[in-house]
Amino acid sequence: MSDASFDVTANKTGSAPPQDAGFPDFFALLKPRVMSLVVFTALVGLLAAPVSVHPIVGFTAILFIAIGGGASGALNMWWDADIDRIMNRTKDRPIPAGRITEGEAFGFGIALSAISVVMLGLATNLVAAGLLAFTIFFYVVIYSMWLKRWTPQNIVIGGAAGALPPMIGWAAATGGISIESLLMFALIFMWTPPHFWALALFMKSDYDEAGVPMLTSTHGRRVTRNHILVYTILLVPVSFALLFTSIGGPVYLVAAVLLNALFLRGAWRIWNRDEVAADADEYATEKTVFKHSLYYLFGLFVAILIDAVLRSNDLLGAGPLGIWGI
Amino acid sequence: MAFFRKSHEMHTRRFSRNMGLGVVLAAFVALVFGLTIAKVSQEDFAVPDTAKGVGYGESD
Repeated sequence: MSDASFDVTANKTGSAPPQDAGFPDFFALLKPRVMSLVVFTALVGLLAAPVSVHPIVGFTAILFIAIGGGASGALNMWWDADIDRIMNRTKDRPIPAGRITEGEAFGFGIALSAISVVMLGLATNLVAAGLLAFTIFFYVVIYSMWLKRWTPQNIVIGGAAGALPPMIGWAAATGGISIESLLMFALIFMWTPPHFWALALFMKSDYDEAGVPMLTSTHGRRVTRNHILVYTILLVPVSFALLFTSIGGPVYLVAAVLLNALFLRGAWRIWNRDEVAADADEYATEKTVFKHSLYYLFGLFVAILIDAVLRSNDLLGAGPLGIWGI
Repeated sequence: MAFFRKSHEMHTRRFSRNMGLGVVLAAFVALVFGLTIAKVSQEDFAVPDTAKGVGYGESD
């Protein structure tokens, strides 16, 4: 990555001339769509915890977890500006479009990282702040700077950064780490590879042209299809393990059965066809599985939330599944 | 008078950015105020010994 120096004051060769950035451009640096997943999973982690949190403290915690996640997104855009210019999906981002300089993005990301970690520590506790700082470090340094352009396993290991928000939310409420928060982390960690590889199958040209070693180009699309099936099978026991903790409940049980069946069926269909069939229907199956993978994660976390609400209103009994006698 | 001086072109151009930043800073102040009230209102809140100052509790 010789082109990604620490000279943050100037745009790299090939940039559009800088213009005055508006407020929405800085907001776009935070990757709002990624931030929405961070907010949602962190909120579930915070609300599912067996400790009640003052609403203002809870709001502050979620806000600064979101800002910390956004800051790591800004630093990722600063580091990846050179490949963002190449990929169709990213060439309209604020830096490649010339609306924000790389120096501005770097300063913005560093400042927000520091503010978010300090404010989360003041509002909640040092464990939550430490986890947020680790998340930012992991996403920017381990994933963006090291793994992303080096190994096709980039999103497997890098997925840890996206899996940490529910642990941070849980830690913000409880002040610690537990089997429940670790399993929520594991659920997102195991979900990320099949989700992202399904995307890589139908977004092939973007990553190839940018030189990002995705599994599809380094090991071939047949191997990627195999990996999607294997990782989805491995995801199933992880998702069911949550049932046997204090946050499992009947709603989660139903959701886990239905959503795992749906995701497994999709992974099986991806595995069971070749590129000729995929080209013929313009990757319809891969696109559907990618969409279903989003429903999968959203559905399971909504189920955790519903069970938490039922439990807080004494509508669920004791026992690992939250049902009397089980 | 400076008050009636026409805005520099740069200020006009950066109005939305500056206004956005102003709103964010005001919201941050309000949030810190609300957080402070929430913290000191909690049942387990206690003033740390180091913050009580000289003479605290002498009349006890």
